[in-house]
Amino acid sequence: MDDIILKATNISKQYRLGLIGTGTLGNDLKRWWSKVRGKEDPFLKIGDTNDRSTKGESEYVWALKDINFEVKRGEVLGIIGKNGAGKSTLLKILSRVTSPTTGEIKTKGRIASLLEVGTGFHPELTGKENIYLNGAILGMTKSEISSKIDEIVEFSGCERYIDTPVKRYSSGMRVRLAFAVAAHLEPDILIVDEVLAVGDAEFQKKAIGKMQDISKGDGRTVLFVSHNMAAVKSLCTRVMLLDNGTVDAVGYTEDMISYYLKKFRNEEVSKELSTRTDREGNGKLKFESYWFENANEEKVQLIQSGSSYKMVVELKNNSDVNLHSIRVSVGIDDDHARRITIFSNDLTNQEISFAPQETKLIKIYVPVIPFQAGMYHFTLFASEDQNISDWVINAGSFEVENGDFFNTGRIIQNNQGHILIKHEFH
Amino acid sequence: MSPTKENQWLYTISSKKKLIDLNFNEIWRYRDLLFLFVKRDIVTVYKQTILGPLWYIIQPLFTSVIFTLIFNNLANIPTGNGVPAFLFNLAGITSWNYFKECLTGTSNTFKRNENIFGKVYFPRVIMPMSLVFSNLLKLVIQLLVFIAFYIYYVFFTLEASQVSPQKTIVFLPFLIVLMGILGLGLGMIISSMTTKYRDLTFLVTFGVQLLMYGSAVMYPISYFKEKLPEYAWLVEYNPIAVIVEAFRNMMLNTGNVQISDMIYVTVISVIVFILGLIVFNRTEKSFIDTV
Repeated sequence: MDDIILKATNISKQYRLGLIGTGTLGNDLKRWWSKVRGKEDPFLKIGDTNDRSTKGESEYVWALKDINFEVKRGEVLGIIGKNGAGKSTLLKILSRVTSPTTGEIKTKGRIASLLEVGTGFHPELTGKENIYLNGAILGMTKSEISSKIDEIVEFSGCERYIDTPVKRYSSGMRVRLAFAVAAHLEPDILIVDEVLAVGDAEFQKKAIGKMQDISKGDGRTVLFVSHNMAAVKSLCTRVMLLDNGTVDAVGYTEDMISYYLKKFRNEEVSKELSTRTDREGNGKLKFESYWFENANEEKVQLIQSGSSYKMVVELKNNSDVNLHSIRVSVGIDDDHARRITIFSNDLTNQEISFAPQETKLIKIYVPVIPFQAGMYHFTLFASEDQNISDWVINAGSFEVENGDFFNTGRIIQNNQGHILIKHEFH
Repeated sequence: MSPTKENQWLYTISSKKKLIDLNFNEIWRYRDLLFLFVKRDIVTVYKQTILGPLWYIIQPLFTSVIFTLIFNNLANIPTGNGVPAFLFNLAGITSWNYFKECLTGTSNTFKRNENIFGKVYFPRVIMPMSLVFSNLLKLVIQLLVFIAFYIYYVFFTLEASQVSPQKTIVFLPFLIVLMGILGLGLGMIISSMTTKYRDLTFLVTFGVQLLMYGSAVMYPISYFKEKLPEYAWLVEYNPIAVIVEAFRNMMLNTGNVQISDMIYVTVISVIVFILGLIVFNRTEKSFIDTV
């Protein structure tokens, strides 16, 4: 059981922020000079951790810091973490696209990655020629490809177009062809980075099936990176959680997923609003803070589609009188500042009133979150008797992760809009 | 299970850089890729053109005609030894083109293949190597055209009666290899530098143009020495000029191939090539962070 196929020790990767331009020659010379004098690299010691939200002191950051892990033969290791946790950087190092700043990875098998499919397709070449080219780029030999060409063509479902230049293909066909080639790779270690969200539903099913064959049937070692907890759950035997460029925990899939979800629950999640000055209104009412709660009334940071949540807004009456007929609304925008929907007590016809100097927690309960994965932003608005009391545009944001909205365990594609609607086929 | 020994590992990914890290086993394992890249380069260049591969021939022919008109008929540059000017220019251009294509082709390896290099690993050196090979095929085609004209001039005209190849022509393949590795080496250096300093892209485009004038493509070195003796070193020590001149000497017997020149060029080419490999190796591991 101790057959370790891949071993990473002290992997770190440093990146430089900002523009790489004229300054680099100067820094290069400084580096070179300290090397000549036998001193430490002046830029290596000052790296910050890669926390995007706070401004660091240095323009060099550690995208990965001291990563250690081992992978056993035949294991499917899931790598999860928030955006910017270092997953992609780790995969780039594993697939030898870039080298680590420190540390080393030892491996007993050939590694091939399914990072982004369709790399190296040439538009002027036919489908068949591209299968050969793409296969060779991914590390197959010509004879290996020849022995599988029929299988690949069939899997892609592009038989009819196989002798047509790829530039005449629809984008969907291109992706299918690319995935078909990649899926027929037979390396010792396969790296998969969220490629399952390609093509139409039928093809997705095929792709997931193929992935399961690869990992379960053939006993291949797979490193699987995903945001999609449902996919991780169904494919992986073990999961590694990355956070801010370090390994936060490694363990069995079920444990790790619940740990992951809990971890981000416990972070500081209520956000202060009272210090915001870019607000309008007469100030009789003031939004103080907000947070989100899950069904168990625990504060959460991540919201999963399909589950129930409460948005809690702390609203304070700054005046010395009773306030009546108050309207509170929350406008939800997408990443492109397009209004998606609005929550308002005006619409639900619920009365809110305040005693003098009273602070209230206004809870908006949403039984089923219908948003697809992504970032959403919201604007808070409060009015009292037709007068605007407080209006905070872009008061805050929240991140939605794909959850099991349809209770079918199916994966929702990223580019399929923002809204999920329960539906049935009759 | 036996305890894990160091030598069981297939390979190691680390930050350590060897000076020259040319893994021939690996390149051999990817030989199919090399072949497919060469095929792709050749097949796709003139897709959807009417004349297709004829363009390989048209370009040197027209250039030779223009050169003959301007440099020989207008500027009266002698070719020496009674060689027809057109043949003289065609020989110069054929050899110069190979070097130029190798240089310019490889000089943007990293920038042009950013997409592929950023996603999959294969020995990076395959990319520039494939260019050198596909250019070799173009060279062969152009050489055949040259030979056709050669035969025409020798057998069907009177002006080239004393033109004949030298015995040294057996070293022609060696000369071509030199051109290839010199272009490849220089291209790899430029390509590696451009990942960080984009200035070089601009330098290459017009630098190559200028280099042609200093590379004895449309004049013999001896004539340059005679006319501009104070600048003669520029051409004399220019390895490409020496190669182009040697190429012409072998093919057209316009002068003798000097052993010392050939040793000089070989040493320079090998040094440039090794330097290119070193710089390329250093860059390939992390260029994706700076490109």
